[in-house]
Amino acid sequence: MDALTDLIGGFGTALTPTNVGFALLGVLLGTAIGVLPGIGPAMTIALLLPLTRGVEVTSALIMFAGIYYGGMYGGSTTSILLNTPGESASVVTAIEGNQMAKAGRAAQALATAAIGSFVAGTIATLLLALLAPTVAKLAIEVSPADTFALMLLAFIAVTSVLGSSRVRGLASLGLGLMIGLIGIDFTSGQQRLTFGIPELAEGINVIVVAVGLFAVGEALWTAAHLRRKPVEVIAVGTPRMSREDWQRSWKPWLRGTAIGFPFGAVPAGGAEIPTFLSYVTEKKLSKHPEEFGKGAIEGVAGPEATNNASAAGGLVPLLTLGIPTTATAAIMLAAITSYGIEPGPRLFETEPVLVWGLIASLFIGNTALLLLNLPLAPVWARLLRIPRSYLYAGILFFSSLGAYAANASTFDLFLLLIIGGLGFMMRRYGLPMLPAIIGVILGPFAEEELRQALQISNGALSGLVDPMSVVIYVILALILLYPVIRRFLPRRAVVPVLAEAAHEIEEAHHHHGLTSAVSVERHSGDDPRNPGRSTSSRNPGNVDADGGGDGG
Amino acid sequence: MSAAAPGGTQEQGRSELGVALFLGALGILVIVQALLLPESRIARGPVGPGAVPIVVGSLLVIVAGFLAVDVWRGGRGEPEGGEDIELTGSSDWKTVAILVAAFLSNALLIESLGWPISGAILFWGCAFALGSRHYVRDAAIAIVMGVGSWYLFVLGLGTSLPVGILEGIL
Repeated sequence: MDALTDLIGGFGTALTPTNVGFALLGVLLGTAIGVLPGIGPAMTIALLLPLTRGVEVTSALIMFAGIYYGGMYGGSTTSILLNTPGESASVVTAIEGNQMAKAGRAAQALATAAIGSFVAGTIATLLLALLAPTVAKLAIEVSPADTFALMLLAFIAVTSVLGSSRVRGLASLGLGLMIGLIGIDFTSGQQRLTFGIPELAEGINVIVVAVGLFAVGEALWTAAHLRRKPVEVIAVGTPRMSREDWQRSWKPWLRGTAIGFPFGAVPAGGAEIPTFLSYVTEKKLSKHPEEFGKGAIEGVAGPEATNNASAAGGLVPLLTLGIPTTATAAIMLAAITSYGIEPGPRLFETEPVLVWGLIASLFIGNTALLLLNLPLAPVWARLLRIPRSYLYAGILFFSSLGAYAANASTFDLFLLLIIGGLGFMMRRYGLPMLPAIIGVILGPFAEEELRQALQISNGALSGLVDPMSVVIYVILALILLYPVIRRFLPRRAVVPVLAEAAHEIEEAHHHHGLTSAVSVERHSGDDPRNPGRSTSSRNPGNVDADGGGDGG
Repeated sequence: MSAAAPGGTQEQGRSELGVALFLGALGILVIVQALLLPESRIARGPVGPGAVPIVVGSLLVIVAGFLAVDVWRGGRGEPEGGEDIELTGSSDWKTVAILVAAFLSNALLIESLGWPISGAILFWGCAFALGSRHYVRDAAIAIVMGVGSWYLFVLGLGTSLPVGILEGIL
């Protein structure tokens, strides 16, 4: 029970007035930006990084963790009140939550999401506190060859998300890795891909990359396709739940936690899969399966709990191995490094005050989220009505401010626009953002581990192979070759729940294509086109064809 | 992307081949650059600075090939949706162009005019591009944002932002 003693020590750090203040600030800021479309926790942390140089590292990270948790919560508010999820993890919430809201049960949907997030977040953070030190202790024994293999696994896992295009994920990863290569190679002193431009010698600042891809790219892409009519926000009072709602919610919360935490801790295909797994599970176990699709509270309670538990789970590889599995975790890794702290398994030994303070602050942030968000829900709903011209102008304004402040260099502003253009292209052609940002941030670390491993073995490639890395490479091969392998498997061998989750994910993609296509009826003349061959090739024209029934 | 015009599919297909071409060209660029790296005098370890770039460049080239095949067979990238996004109709390039102009004017003017003014121009220009037509109200908000952010970040958080022509006034 060492971990518990450390955790109590962590509360000593987290409960100082300054740190509680930063936790509250982070949670509020995180919820606000999670609610607002167009910005997410990853880019907010990236923007705040240059602006909080003067803040002490523990306080800054406590605030960032608050933003991480708050952003998750804010996203679900948006999907319940708007029916258009901002992030893939809230797709399911958008289905059931919005149906509940339309039926006048927005308050209950928000309440079960908030309380479920609190329950799941608290249990998952406790698991994190108990598990992470052990994992870190084991990980210290891990050789550079194994760390390199783990990083490769992280690359491939964030790339191969169920139900999306593998080629496009790999393309995005390649772009990210390439950006990560730019600059002086630290072992040889050689300039790589700098083309003699002195500003590139130190590499492209992670802040510029993250803000460019997430904020500028998103703003430009949205501007090119801006929905011109005002959004319909469903009015909401203070969230509350009846006794029956509680009875129907508490089991899904716990099951959601059990599904979400391991999926977050082991990078296995993005935030979408665990939430869908939870949704399918609840549908199976519910006494009211007929309500699913029409606003079943279990369908909000389970996935929302899953969502939060996986956010906490994602901190396990980040804190113990220095391997991020979400965009926000990747930026937090960059933040940790920017303060001169070396991430990795030794973090628990070298920075115990920081790590335990951070974990303890998660409990505080979670409680604050519950206490603040139940009464503040109407305020968040009002935030959704902000004029879009001001919202996106503000995003570009703060992006420029943050990117400039990072190095006080005009060159970075031009670079920001170029990377923003890249982000625009990636959104246009369905290249996911996550592999790119993981590639940029984790790529240089992976190269370092590879070189160390080969230095130990004197350049022999066999130095990359030992029992543990072989296991990882086999898993890697299985993930990469899954489409081929599946053909040889008998049908029954595919886990039915997984298959059903994959089916639901595809359905949801169709569903959202449908709502966006239906919202402008004048365009209904769009010719229905051939559906395309790969699973990723949903196009709105094809969705038009399957009819006008909204709210599947 | 879902232009109602006939032939829209083919058009998107062709432009997505452009993405494959772009990836392939980048990949070749990375490989060539890695091969041209001069011998290093202070290099340590058996893996030189060129090894990883060659792998990354090859990844880009291979992916470009697979993407081209996928597009050829009718696969299409799924444009990203979102709360404020309507994927019917083609891209609104005019809005994007004005946004880029506002963005660039800030980048060009920030050193001379200072952030409070160049930032205000950026905000006003973006709001205009996105369809706001309350010129005076927008200008007031823009100036408050520019000056306010300067005070907050420079005096409050110690960030360095150019003050430009307003030196001595702020």
